Amino acid sequence: MNPALRWLREHLVLLLGLGVLAYTFIPIAVVVLMSFNDPATRNVYRFDGFTLDNWLNPCEDPAMCEALGLSLRVGLSSTLVATVIGTLAAFALVRWDFFGRSTSNLVIFLPMAAPEIVLGSSLLALFVQAGFAGQLGFWTIFIAHVMFCLSFVVVTVRSRLAGMDDNLEQAAQDLYATPAQTFWRVTFPLVLPGILGAALLSFSLSFDDFIITNLNSGNDTTFPMYVWSVARVGVPMQVNVVGTLMLVISLVIVLGGELNHRRRMRSVRG
Amino acid sequence: MATVNPIVEPAVDAVDPGAAGETGRRRGPGAYLLMAPAVIWLALFFLVPFYSLIATSLYDPSGSDQAGWEMTYHVGNYATALRDYWDSLAWSLFYGAAATAICLVLGYVVAYAIAFKAGRWKNLLLVLVIAPFFTSFLVRTLSWQLILADNGWVVNTLQFLGILGEDGHLLATPFAVVAGLAYNFLPFMVLPLFASIDKIDHRLIEASSDLYANPVVGFFKVTWPLSLPGVVSGTLLTFIPAAGDYINAQLLGNTNTTVIGTVIQLQATTANQPHLAAALSTTLMAIILVMVVVYIRRADTEDLL
Amino acid sequence: MSSPVETYDGLRMRGLTKSYGRFTAVRELDLDVPQGAFFALLGPSGCGKTTTLRMVAGLETPTAGTISLGSAEITHTKPYRRPVNTVFQNYALFPHLDIGENVAFGLRRRKQSDVRRKVEEMLELVELGPQAKKKPAQLSGGQQQRVALARALINEPEVLLLDEPLGALDLKLRRSMQIEIKRIQTEVGLTFVHVTHDQEEAMTMADTVAVMNGGLIEQLGSPAELYENPRSTFVANFLGQSNLIAGKVVGRAADVVRVDMEGITVTVPAGRAHADGDRAWVGIRPEKVLIGEAGAALDAPGNTVPGGVVTDVSFIGVSTQYLVRMPWGQELQVFAQNTGRDPIYRTGQQVELSWRPEYAFLLDHDQDVRAGAEDEDA
Repeated sequence: MNPALRWLREHLVLLLGLGVLAYTFIPIAVVVLMSFNDPATRNVYRFDGFTLDNWLNPCEDPAMCEALGLSLRVGLSSTLVATVIGTLAAFALVRWDFFGRSTSNLVIFLPMAAPEIVLGSSLLALFVQAGFAGQLGFWTIFIAHVMFCLSFVVVTVRSRLAGMDDNLEQAAQDLYATPAQTFWRVTFPLVLPGILGAALLSFSLSFDDFIITNLNSGNDTTFPMYVWSVARVGVPMQVNVVGTLMLVISLVIVLGGELNHRRRMRSVRG
Repeated sequence: MATVNPIVEPAVDAVDPGAAGETGRRRGPGAYLLMAPAVIWLALFFLVPFYSLIATSLYDPSGSDQAGWEMTYHVGNYATALRDYWDSLAWSLFYGAAATAICLVLGYVVAYAIAFKAGRWKNLLLVLVIAPFFTSFLVRTLSWQLILADNGWVVNTLQFLGILGEDGHLLATPFAVVAGLAYNFLPFMVLPLFASIDKIDHRLIEASSDLYANPVVGFFKVTWPLSLPGVVSGTLLTFIPAAGDYINAQLLGNTNTTVIGTVIQLQATTANQPHLAAALSTTLMAIILVMVVVYIRRADTEDLL
Repeated sequence: MSSPVETYDGLRMRGLTKSYGRFTAVRELDLDVPQGAFFALLGPSGCGKTTTLRMVAGLETPTAGTISLGSAEITHTKPYRRPVNTVFQNYALFPHLDIGENVAFGLRRRKQSDVRRKVEEMLELVELGPQAKKKPAQLSGGQQQRVALARALINEPEVLLLDEPLGALDLKLRRSMQIEIKRIQTEVGLTFVHVTHDQEEAMTMADTVAVMNGGLIEQLGSPAELYENPRSTFVANFLGQSNLIAGKVVGRAADVVRVDMEGITVTVPAGRAHADGDRAWVGIRPEKVLIGEAGAALDAPGNTVPGGVVTDVSFIGVSTQYLVRMPWGQELQVFAQNTGRDPIYRTGQQVELSWRPEYAFLLDHDQDVRAGAEDEDA
């Protein structure tokens, strides 16, 4: 067989896979490109010319930055709470035997099996019945976000914890580590990557959520809600700046961790 | 070297009440302390709301925010909701199913390539699968709007190639909605698929080719059945959010087809018909639960082939 | 709680029992491990040897019984308070710490001084000095094994426990590590308790071996004692191989027992007879059996069994292994050393077998004749 053809045959699946991956980056490329767009009119969404203006004046529309601020506050606070209480629950589920364990597992799994619109409308029904219809805002958004981030935190930390060799903790005890030392010197450092991953996931879920937030936010506006509200009337190019920034920041966090890990492995091996 | 260790103490420690049992798991009340915050949060803000939702769905439809709502076990709300909005429900389920099917095909290729062909680039490629999804969902979807726009390069190219008629367009069609959903939920398919495929022992595939299975037969008789757990969780994780989504339908679809998400959102807020929103939400949840249960049952008996 | 323990400077277990629900892993174990001994617990998987080890380490709480070390009872002492360290089966090296930190772990927990120097010395002892900054995942299996050993040894425990420490290594590496561990034990002079299912490993390394089966100790002694004079069919089969032939006791004298074995009377020294009843198993190791042409006078004044037919011959260089079918239908194993003096017999040839009476042993007939045989374990 022709060597070029054979190469193609052997790498076909990989090429197809990379092709699909590349396709997922097309809209991202457009977002990055549009963040440098100098639009001729606000109503037509197309690339008209290069400018740095959008990056230099991110808050041209103060409403956008206000929404962004709310999203960051909600994202950070709900991530913190969801990560802490989700991690505790993951430890209980993996390490303890207790009455109600399988029921708890089910309750934690269920929110992931419910569409957001159902979660959002049922939470709204609760808030209305409890008399909070007039007080929808930061706190109701926060409550909702912790609720739907929790399951993802528990699942992520649980799998990290379950994959851990429990001989390691026994070895630590055997080597004179008290239970507290065993936890802080062995268990926690080994589970930490899982907890950080869960926090990152939790933050991006919270920052990105629209459907549940839209039902429970009252008059407050998060960043996705702002984008939604301006989608019909013309989106300011700064929205793309935010999109690009988020991509860059999360890529730096994730790739940085990965590259650091690789470099450490290589440098010692040599 | 064998000096006596100062650590030896006569047995002063009582038996550890939280000592590992037969399962290697600890017993005792500590578990409840650890579980309590999460379980209470989910009980209050996930389980109780379902009760509120069902209660709301049985309100007397003659109520209003001003006059107040009365719980009268008015089951008729369900009939009204289904009569008026069955087509939205059907569209949502259709969009969800179509997007899931496309995700399964594309996602399988990606997951397979990463698991079996990527070698030491495995982790990096996995990051790249998730990376696009760190940009906001709405910003991404708006970007699709731009790409599929009537004067965009995709439409122009397709028109040039004669695939799309002169007056044909992509935006505001069911095609655009399905494409947008498939794009947005792809990682929900790829990650569980990858987890399953990555676990498959490569020697099993070699064994199948040693036993006269050509690559295609080998795939359907060995790789595919072994990846079924990933297929099941991947399709569920894609279908469920896709069926409830209304962002793609609103931004990429046309105004003639309304999905159930849009209806629920409108009825719950601006239209002030909370009983209808609740009835539709409950119906959607029930349909999804039934589908999930039936689907998992079938997958268990390996009837998926 | 503390019944006075008689003074004993080693590790002592009394009535040690561990049950999981209805299953008893270890029952009423009495065991003394002298200080400085290299002691092996040998047995098939599930025999209770690892459970015993874990109870000594404090990782498992005994259902009943006591464990004491010197004058201190440690039955319920927490693992981190015992002067006992373990080399775990899959090493259990901390993946997030480098080799040096892994080895220093125990010293740091006890706030010892001069940790750096001690770690360097210990890594030197196990020949891993240059690897101190590497992570466990970057080492080979053999190197990880030595880190695990160093990490435990550096604490100078009164007892070092080794749980199948060589199980994950390939055969060649296993042999060299056996010698290495034995060398280190002699050098540091600590008590080693070694759990293994590999009889060759136990016999190579340990000076005392306890053979365990079904939660009980079947027999305890030096490797040579166990091999030459097994007391049960399990030990006879599990340590090496044995021919066990059914016989009837026809006479007991002060120093010898006479047994009728399918019509042939053989003798067994009284000190090697471990059967009280009328019926018994006559045991003889295959390499102790001499083989010769029918009618040949073999250099074995004693028990001669004629009428054998060779059914299988395997030439393996150092020896030739025969299967010989006896008149009563049983096939016996014979290992003939390749001295060059004797011919190699062919399949179908008529032969007779013979052995010196002092090599034979007599076992109780109530035991399963296949107990401990190779195809049974796993």
